[in-house]
Amino acid sequence: MKQKFNIIKSTCIPVAIDNCNTDLIIPARYLASTTRDPKFFGDAFMHDLRYDADGKPVAGFVMNQPEFSEAPHEGCHEIIVGGQNWGSGSSREHAAWAIAGYGIRVVISSSFADIHRNNLLNCFVLPVVVSREFQQELFDSIAKNPQTIVTVDVPNQTVTNEATGHSEKFEINSYKKHCLVNALDDIDYLLSVQDKTEAFEKTAKKW
Amino acid sequence: MGKTLFDKIWDSHVVQVIPDGPTQLYIDRLYAHEVTSPQAFDTLRDKGIKVFRPEQVVAMPDHNTPSDQQEVINDPIGRKQVETLARNCAEFGIRHFAMGTKDNGIIHVVGPEKGLSLPGMTIVCGDSHTSTHGAVGALAMGIGTSEVAEVLASQCILQSKPKTMRINIEGELQKGVVAKDIALYIMAKMTTSGATGYAVEYAGSTIRNLSMEGRLTLSNLSIEMGSRAGIIAPDETTFAYLKGREYAPKGAEWDKAVAFWRTLKSDDAVFDKEITYRAEDIKPRITYGTNPGAGIAIDETVPVLDGMSEAEKAQLTVQLNYMQFKPGQKLEGTPVDYCFLGACTNGRIEDFRAFASVVKGKKKSPNVVAWLVPGSWLVRQQIIDEGIDKILEEAGFELRLPSCSSCLAMNPDKVPAGKLAISTSNRNFVGRQGPGARTVLASPLVVAASAISGVITDPRKL
Repeated sequence: MKQKFNIIKSTCIPVAIDNCNTDLIIPARYLASTTRDPKFFGDAFMHDLRYDADGKPVAGFVMNQPEFSEAPHEGCHEIIVGGQNWGSGSSREHAAWAIAGYGIRVVISSSFADIHRNNLLNCFVLPVVVSREFQQELFDSIAKNPQTIVTVDVPNQTVTNEATGHSEKFEINSYKKHCLVNALDDIDYLLSVQDKTEAFEKTAKKW
Repeated sequence: MGKTLFDKIWDSHVVQVIPDGPTQLYIDRLYAHEVTSPQAFDTLRDKGIKVFRPEQVVAMPDHNTPSDQQEVINDPIGRKQVETLARNCAEFGIRHFAMGTKDNGIIHVVGPEKGLSLPGMTIVCGDSHTSTHGAVGALAMGIGTSEVAEVLASQCILQSKPKTMRINIEGELQKGVVAKDIALYIMAKMTTSGATGYAVEYAGSTIRNLSMEGRLTLSNLSIEMGSRAGIIAPDETTFAYLKGREYAPKGAEWDKAVAFWRTLKSDDAVFDKEITYRAEDIKPRITYGTNPGAGIAIDETVPVLDGMSEAEKAQLTVQLNYMQFKPGQKLEGTPVDYCFLGACTNGRIEDFRAFASVVKGKKKSPNVVAWLVPGSWLVRQQIIDEGIDKILEEAGFELRLPSCSSCLAMNPDKVPAGKLAISTSNRNFVGRQGPGARTVLASPLVVAASAISGVITDPRKL
C-alpha cells in the first residue's frame, strides 16, 4: 500500500452516493478478520452494493457496468469520484483498506468525514477535496464519456478534468505531501521524535 | 479573551506543532477492542517495537461477544479476533478485561463507569463512538487502526486542530423526552455532516440538568453529525458520578483533581460556530431513513418530495425504498419485528430504569423479538440489585449479557433481512443490524412503548 505519489492520470469510477458511509464501503462482517491481505479487503469493497444476497452482481450498480467494471491498474479506474460527505460513520480503517485493496489511489469528493480522511491518507490513498461545481462537472463528464481522464498532480496540488480542461487546486499540508511523495508514514515519524514525547511527559501537569 | 474547554485540553497536550503540518498530540488513554486493534499490534511486531506506555492502554472485546451466552463464540472468525486481542494484550503487557469477566462490557460504557475516563484527558480508540467519553469533560476522538498503532508505539497521534462549535440547549425537557431525543433532534437539524471539521461542546441549562448517563448518550452521537468530539464541561454531576469509581483518584489526589477539573470550562471564549436550540421544541424522536439525521418527531410524517431538488428527491427515494416507507407516511402505529435496548448509546443503568418504567405491569407484544442488552457487567449487576430484572421478566422480557449486540451485526444478534427493528443504537445505515435489516432509531422510552404495543408507539400515549 505504501507507494510514492507524483502525477496520477486515470479514468474514474463515479460513485455518486452522498453520505456514503463506511458501513457501505465495507460491511461489518468483513471486520472480524485479523488479516492485512489487500485482496481480502479489495474483494469486500462496496460488497453489498456490488452483489445481492445470493452473491450475484447487481446489474444496476456502477462498478458492475461494463465501462466501469475493469479492475484498476495504471491509467484505469485508479480514481473514485464520490458523493459529498464521503466516508461518514464508523471509524473502521477497513474501509480505507478496501479502497486501497481494490486498487484505488485517489478519492475525489466535495467533502470527507474527518476520521475516514485520515485513514485514507494513512493507507496512501489521496483524498482530494474539490468544489461542488467541480465535482458535478466530473460526474457530468464521466456520464458523457466514461473514458474521461482526470489528472491529479500531487507536487503541484492540482486536479484537472481533461475533458473540459478545468483545473482546481487542492489542499494538503506540506508535512503530509512530503510523506506521500516519499512514501513515509506517521508512525516512523513519531518514533523518530520520541525524545520530544518524553520531554513533554516530564513537564505535563496531571492536576 | 478566554479559551474554550476544547482549546484548554488540546493546548495542554501539544507535544509540538509540525510547521505547515499536523499537531503531535499526547494521548492520556488509549482504549482498544478486538476489531480495530489486531493489525495495529501486527505493525508493532513488524517493526520489532514494544508498546510505549502500556499502563495507559486498556483493552476489552465487545463487538464480537455474544449476548445469549459467553462460554464460547461459535463463529470461528469472531472467536479468533477475540482470542487475538487476549494474546496481544498478554504479549505487550496491556490490561485486558476479558469476555465474561465482571470487568468486561462495551468500552464506551466501561471506561467512564470505572473512572478510567476522567476530565481533562485526551482519549482515543479505534472506534468512532469514542466521542462518548467527552461527556466527562475529556477530549475523546475516534481514530483508525494506523493511528491505534501510532499511539501504541508513541502515545501520540498527528492531527490537525479542528474548529470549535458550541451547541446550547436551553430550557426544560417535556415529559417523555430524554437525552437520545435531544441527540436525534440535533442530528436532524445539523445533518450527518453539519459538524464535520469541528469539535463540539454541548452547553446550556438543559445539558446542566442532564444526568451523567444522559450526557454520555448525547456525546456518543456527536460523530453522527461528523464532529470529531463532543465535550461537556465537568461539574458537580460529573464529580458525583466519578467519585469512588474503581480507577478514579482517591483521597487527597481526588481533592487536587477536582480543584483542577473545576477550571475545565469554556471561559469568555468565542467559538467558530455557535447554535442554540430550545428544549421545549424537542419531542420523542424516530428516524425514517438510513442515516441518523433522517429523523422526525414521533407524531410527524415522513417528508414529502414536493419542493425538493432532483438530487434530494433521489437520495430520499433510495432511503425510503430501503426502509419500505412512503413520503408523507405516519410511522406511529407501524408494526415492528425487533426491539433493541442497549449499545454504547443506551446501554446504561438509567436506560434500563427508563425502559422498566414503561413496561412495568404490562406485557411484551407477542409479535416482537426483544433484545435487552446491558452495556457492561457492572450495569447488569446494578439492574439485578435494583430489582429491574424482575420487572422486565414479569413483562415478558429477558435480560441478556453485556455486548455491542445488535448495534452492528458482528455477533449472533442480527436482525433478519426485511425485518423492522426499533433500536436504541446509534446507526440506521443500510445493513447495519444485519444485511437487509431496517432500523428505526429511538430512545429507550419509545422502544419500550413499541415493544409493548408491537407498533411504533409514543410513550406519552401508552
